[in-house]
Amino acid sequence: MLINIVLIPALLGLIALVIPWKKIRRGLLITGGITHAIIIACLAVYPKSPVASGAWIGLDSAGLLFLSITSILFLAVSVYTTGYLGREGDRKVLDSVEGFLFRNEPEAIFIACLLFFLASMSLVCISHDMGLLWVAVEATTLASAPLISFHRHHRSLEATWKYLLICSVGIALALLGNYFLAYAGHGKIHLRFDDLISGATSLDHAWLKASFLMLLVGYGTKMGLAPMHTWLPDAHSEAPSMVSALLSGALLNCAFLGIFRAHCVLTAAGLGRFSGELLVFFGMLSMAVAAAFLIRQTDYKRMLAYSSIEHMGILSLGVGIGGLAGTGAMLHAVNHSLAKGMLFLVSSHLLFIYGTKKAGDVRHALKKTPLTGVLWLVGFLAITGAPPFGLFLSEITILKGILDSGRWAVAVGYLLILAIIFIAMARIVLPMAFGLPERETSSAPPVKDYREPVWLAGPAIALAAAVLAMGLYIPAFVWKFIGQAAFIAGGN
Amino acid sequence: MNTWTDIFILVLVLADFRLLATSRLAAVIETTVLQAVALSAFMLTLAEKPWPLLLIFLSLITLTVKGAILPWLLRRAMREAGVQREIEPIIGYSASVLIGMILLGLSFIIFIPLKASVSAGSAFLLPGALFTTLTGLMMIVSRKNALTQVAGYLVMENGVYAFGAALAVEEPLLVEMGVLLDVFVAVFVMGITVYQISREFDHIDTDRLSELKD
Repeated sequence: MLINIVLIPALLGLIALVIPWKKIRRGLLITGGITHAIIIACLAVYPKSPVASGAWIGLDSAGLLFLSITSILFLAVSVYTTGYLGREGDRKVLDSVEGFLFRNEPEAIFIACLLFFLASMSLVCISHDMGLLWVAVEATTLASAPLISFHRHHRSLEATWKYLLICSVGIALALLGNYFLAYAGHGKIHLRFDDLISGATSLDHAWLKASFLMLLVGYGTKMGLAPMHTWLPDAHSEAPSMVSALLSGALLNCAFLGIFRAHCVLTAAGLGRFSGELLVFFGMLSMAVAAAFLIRQTDYKRMLAYSSIEHMGILSLGVGIGGLAGTGAMLHAVNHSLAKGMLFLVSSHLLFIYGTKKAGDVRHALKKTPLTGVLWLVGFLAITGAPPFGLFLSEITILKGILDSGRWAVAVGYLLILAIIFIAMARIVLPMAFGLPERETSSAPPVKDYREPVWLAGPAIALAAAVLAMGLYIPAFVWKFIGQAAFIAGGN
Repeated sequence: MNTWTDIFILVLVLADFRLLATSRLAAVIETTVLQAVALSAFMLTLAEKPWPLLLIFLSLITLTVKGAILPWLLRRAMREAGVQREIEPIIGYSASVLIGMILLGLSFIIFIPLKASVSAGSAFLLPGALFTTLTGLMMIVSRKNALTQVAGYLVMENGVYAFGAALAVEEPLLVEMGVLLDVFVAVFVMGITVYQISREFDHIDTDRLSELKD
């Protein structure tokens, strides 16, 4: 049953690769998204007994949480993608930045890779073995590389190359971490989570520490923790927006799951302080780096990318502190994915209308394209943690967790960076929404339909509503579920 | 058992130095083949005879993927991109070899505190594997040619794989196979990307891919 969430998308992907009919292929994409979501819903409603011992795959609360995020986001993205491909697929299109014509990647490859991407991310979430987890994370890199180079031009190829090389090298280090973990168990303990956690006390501490460092650097590269984040802004700004949404909202979380699992093992072995401190350090560093680059940012897609680095930093910080902050971090992962997915979808419409990624050239969006403008503003408020959105709640929860643990310096730094980022992003976003219109140029303005198509507006509004709902009221069972997810690593 | 293990690790390390010293892409690819042979042979030397069937199978698969298929992919990409050699590395060849020597020394020093719990067959195994990993990293950061970088990734994987090879007897086959599959697909996708880059840019110098920045 469980393995179906990997096999079904993979199979649909293979079919999409070979069939020649466009409509059916797009149908397959939606089918994949819906089927995946239905299976996840069934798994969530009828929880199975915990993982059978000796099984490769299994679903625990943390896995289910990240799986649900991935599934929701993918569903939204698949609706968007079918519309998007109707507009841009398989034909020559104009580059919106430099104005040359280029041809997009064949649609079959793109849809197939999207489905493979979903399959590999699902495998990450349900892996119950560090080795299998590694295989799955590397598979996500490979499945998503062709997605980033959908627009076949020089900038996207550059971004793809950086992504591919940096992440592959990073992930190779994570493999080294896996082997170190095996050495820590003297080659006798299998790398299954249950075995690792139940046998944690017998693990060799020196090797275990070395292993965690490697896993943190390796999966941290994929997750976009500073200073290993350099691929992230390039990939996010050059990929089509729905791919950026998936990268940011789903993939980064999956990589984080790898680090989270390793942290659980170290906590069980009594080294939770060591790994926690490292997570706090890299978390704060990522937030600070993101803030520094957000201050002078001129490109609004890169702005969103740096904001992702910031939020990955917050996740890492929350889990590193543990306790209530750990629970907050899990909640934050959900909120961030919803909000960031929505923002990327909206940014694609801004890019389509204004034909530029420069924030300075986008003006008066509220008037020109009201729905997009409003959603863009809503997204900005949500992502910077303004009430009443979900991120406000989770960021406050993390703050309370930090204060509970008595880390005053961290709390001050955390609040300061959040404030800086709020101001920096406001300076970029507010003029885009409210700023005065450009003086009409003498040449005839390009005639474009400014209204948002349903395939764009629908998913974006749904995601916005979800992130708002998460801020207004979180049902008790969701709290319980999120608490369970954080509990493994010593949350409460 | 130990003598042969040591010899194969020695081959691995010497191959690393050749990788650092040469500018010809063909030579780099040949050397990765040599490394693959050494790797798959040395996996066998770690186990007691008679060798388990699974281990022989894994060793053969390693040889096929790393020693035949991947070099073939690289050679094809080389032909398609029309590149013979690295023109101007960021760090010169003699300097690379010197740095390599220092790295080798460091690799030995690093494992002194960790030695207590090592169950590996040879004292050279872990330093040799680490040095190979570092050589791969060196190739990636100090060379500009995209194909040399792909080869560097392959060498780095060889090093990591050598760590794992010591555990191959205990570790489940599924993971090892998954790792091999991933490496294969990685080199495949990288090869395609290199090809697209060479078509779009008429070169594959990665230091000239520098438009995207803040």
